[in-house]
Amino acid sequence: MAHDTTQGEHVGAKKRIWQVFIILSILTLVEVALGIVKPDFLVNNDLVSLSYLNWIFIVLTIVKAYYIIWAFMHMEHESPSLRRVVVWSGIFLISYLIAILLIEGLYIQEVYTDEYITWDF
Amino acid sequence: MEATTVAKTGTEGQAWGGGEEKPLKASYGKLMMWFFISSDALTFSGFLAAYGFSRFKFIEEWPIADEVFNHFPFLHGVDAPMYYVALMTFILIFSSVTMVLAVDAGHEMKKDKVVTYMALTILGGIIFLGSQAWEWKNFIHGEYGAVETRSGKIIQFVDADGDRIALDEFASASPKDRTQHLAKNGIWFSSESSINPMGLEDVKRGFEANKTLRVRTMQITEEGEKEILSREESLLKLNTSGVGIIEGANLRQNEYGAPLFGGFFFFITGFHGFHVLSGVLILIIVFFNVLVGTYEKRGSYEMVEKVGLYWHFIDLVWVFVFTFFYLV
Repeated sequence: MAHDTTQGEHVGAKKRIWQVFIILSILTLVEVALGIVKPDFLVNNDLVSLSYLNWIFIVLTIVKAYYIIWAFMHMEHESPSLRRVVVWSGIFLISYLIAILLIEGLYIQEVYTDEYITWDF
Repeated sequence: MEATTVAKTGTEGQAWGGGEEKPLKASYGKLMMWFFISSDALTFSGFLAAYGFSRFKFIEEWPIADEVFNHFPFLHGVDAPMYYVALMTFILIFSSVTMVLAVDAGHEMKKDKVVTYMALTILGGIIFLGSQAWEWKNFIHGEYGAVETRSGKIIQFVDADGDRIALDEFASASPKDRTQHLAKNGIWFSSESSINPMGLEDVKRGFEANKTLRVRTMQITEEGEKEILSREESLLKLNTSGVGIIEGANLRQNEYGAPLFGGFFFFITGFHGFHVLSGVLILIIVFFNVLVGTYEKRGSYEMVEKVGLYWHFIDLVWVFVFTFFYLV
């Protein structure tokens, strides 16, 4: 049982909580600062049809998600099997859903702009 | 002995007891909370993916979030993009911290600390809900107003410098003759708008009188800004394709751009807000259980841990909503 553990481990757990809070705050501040400044070279350069800025936002968001799930939701203390059940099923299903919907959305956008019908009259 | 807390639920040996062998090494309650969270995560990603789908569909005319969400309390007319949602994000992250501190105090069986930290978490949740209500109020009320065109697009108005200008800054409602509606003219009275609303004709007249005004369309240019038409094009656009004025937002149309934008805003932030609301309610129930010593008697604060899992999940969803609705 967790409450049987020694005092030292609890000091460590508290330290970890504040550490993660500081990390999450810094990441959020970086996101907000970039969102307000919007540096030109990040906005105008693309990597796989997504600007550097948006890549940064998405990667930072996933890092934040990792810290919330691992530290706050104690996923790091769960058994590997539970970790895999929750994380991998989520990752597979969500990436499939996103890929399929975004490809379809871009295709419809192509139809709207390239076909011989005007949608703005 | 495992690192995870496995509480005695009093169902040992019964159908729901699950026996001694626990393949995932978590208690029944925590496991079910994880399964619920997984399915709820899929629901939210369904919403966000649908948002992405619609946004990609109208990629060249989607509203720019910085221009829509630029309010901050007590700073009227100051352009403050993002600051407010950033503040909301901090409130939610901090309430997550107090929640995890409550869970930690629960592991140590310190009832007073659990009470304090849970109270702080509930407070954070309520502040977040209030902030979201304020955000909705601004979104619904609108700031500048726009004109809807025949094709369901919208056009907005800018002054000589290219800054947005509100409809009532250049147009005013004209007095209109009103005839008393009588029963002999019709049996069924359906509805009537307010007594003297500003109409499309008033906007057209005001626009013609102010020679410096121009029209801004939904189209996004190469520079990532909305296209501004020349004065001649503006007059032509307004006079030939305008069909009515829009102020603020509802589920059918909004002054910011694509009608779907408003729908997704209400649906995604609303669904998230509903989760926060139910989270606050569950937290309050568990809070009172802690107060009366239910978990002290049970010998385990696992219930605090379970509601904690749900609360962190809400924070997790907000991190994604924040990125995909406000940043990207």
